[in-house]
Amino acid sequence: MGMTMSQKILAAHAGMEQVRPGQLIEADLDLVLGNDVTTPVAVHEFKKTGFTQVFDRKKIAIVPDHFTPNKDIKAAEQCRMIRVFAHEMGIENYFEVGEMGIEHCLIPERGLAVPGDLIIGADSHTCTYGALGAFSTGVGSTDMAAGMATGRAWFKVPPALKFVLKNKPGPWVSGKDIILHIIGMIGVDGARYKSMEFMGDGLAALSMDDRFTIANMAVEAGAKNGIFMVDEQTIAYVKEHATKPYQVYEPDPDAVYDEEYEIDLSTIKPTVAFPHLPSNTRTIDEVGEIVIDQVVIGSCTNGRLSDLRTAAGILKGRKVKKGVRVIVFPGTQRIYLEALQEGLIADLVKAGAVVSTPTCGPCLGGHMGILAKGERAVATTNRNFVGRMGHPESEVYLASPAVAAASAVTGKITDPAKL
Amino acid sequence: MKAKGRVFKYQDNVDTDVIIPARYLNTFDPQELAAHCLEDLDPEFSKKVKTGDIIVAGKNFGRGSSPEHAPLAIKAAGVSCVIAATFARIFYRNAINIGLPILECPEAVQWTEDGDELVVDFDQGKIVNLTKNKEFQAEPFPEFMKQIMAADGLINRVKTSR
Ligand code: SF4
Repeated sequence: MGMTMSQKILAAHAGMEQVRPGQLIEADLDLVLGNDVTTPVAVHEFKKTGFTQVFDRKKIAIVPDHFTPNKDIKAAEQCRMIRVFAHEMGIENYFEVGEMGIEHCLIPERGLAVPGDLIIGADSHTCTYGALGAFSTGVGSTDMAAGMATGRAWFKVPPALKFVLKNKPGPWVSGKDIILHIIGMIGVDGARYKSMEFMGDGLAALSMDDRFTIANMAVEAGAKNGIFMVDEQTIAYVKEHATKPYQVYEPDPDAVYDEEYEIDLSTIKPTVAFPHLPSNTRTIDEVGEIVIDQVVIGSCTNGRLSDLRTAAGILKGRKVKKGVRVIVFPGTQRIYLEALQEGLIADLVKAGAVVSTPTCGPCLGGHMGILAKGERAVATTNRNFVGRMGHPESEVYLASPAVAAASAVTGKITDPAKL
Repeated sequence: MKAKGRVFKYQDNVDTDVIIPARYLNTFDPQELAAHCLEDLDPEFSKKVKTGDIIVAGKNFGRGSSPEHAPLAIKAAGVSCVIAATFARIFYRNAINIGLPILECPEAVQWTEDGDELVVDFDQGKIVNLTKNKEFQAEPFPEFMKQIMAADGLINRVKTSR
């Protein structure tokens, strides 16, 4: 029986010729990732194992990004604990404030994820690196602890859904609109336990940033992982960022998929997910009059350079609507610096936005932009669950950077084409 | 590795809030968790359950929040195995990682009733319903899985592998 991309990567790392959906396997890991929320628990578990060393100092990454720069004393204590652990273990990829970024923007940028890798991370959006043709999935702190000790993890081999992308997206349609469209179509459980595999001629029209956004939200459809076929753009990205070896896996011609969807990118419109589920989508022309209090542009979904370019392009020479708060948080220090050098930060600040250091901050209602009761935000983040960005009676509308920036100008959810 | 016991049968979508209500999450003591296991679904469960008994349930068992308290409560109650049509993803990982054997087998679920007696052979993935005299096939446990169960969880297995 033919295998999918995801199955091939799992088989190779388990040292097996063949795996089939449902099979339980144990496999070697190329990277084990954690953040300031999950790593302290993992360190606690790691100590129980009696191991005094990690399996490989180069293959572990720890990124304090959720409540940093330290939000309060508790956050400071947690960060100190993992900083000490990283130092004791000689972990090379520990990224302190000043060199860090939101983990899922930072890891690819640092060349720590490449095609063919098998990666686990104690964070649900670890699926982001599927954009590079890696098998990458979110796990718990226990798995992270065992992974750090042994370099191995167990997996139940997932079945897969195939998404064949066709044609080119229209103006103002980005990776965010494509993935919101797909989640709206299949639902938040539509890919439960499965791989979402993206391929087809339409890939050529999607930038790496678009692909990161799409893979990032695979988990919002319930998927175990999202993965893209590798093409010249992927290879160019890897050559620019990484030095470690990579391996390209393609699905077998007779690979079995549970379902096959053809997505005509040219028909997708800017899409917004209404509260309180990412699947609760409407196209921009169906949105109606939604007045907003806050706009949040950034996160591991849309905090990359092209996202900031889009937002700054719209806000340049315009003003944020009086009474609306606009918070921009770039994904990494490098993205921040590039945005600065390109003049994007100046454009955003002149328009009336605030620009934060890289942090998860507002995305999970952590700090830097919490919503009050009854307030509404348009956000380029990935989750609009009840209370995600603050008060349980606040609302989050998920959208692309273009829609978010256009909405900042008018104070209500707005089609960028109509500005 | 084998299990034998009487069946407690439940429906689809048994969530983690029902397995161990959030009001008891302030403790990590297995015995205390066990005392409130499934309390809001089946108030008699913790009194009736005997060591070795088996939970059989429908689809999406263990959906909801992610703490490991839910599988821990079931295990501490003495349950030897949970068989469901499907499991929620995080519950599945958590159950294996704390050493609670679980199997997916929709056919066994369909043909098994409350109070039936089952024998489960994990190495072969075989489920025998002694009451109904029927046999079902689930995915057998590979070697590493047997080791995790024998060591009483992933962390302990890592410890013994050192
Ligand atoms: S930006 Fe948001 S979704 Fe991404 S890792 Fe941080 S908290 Fe999670």
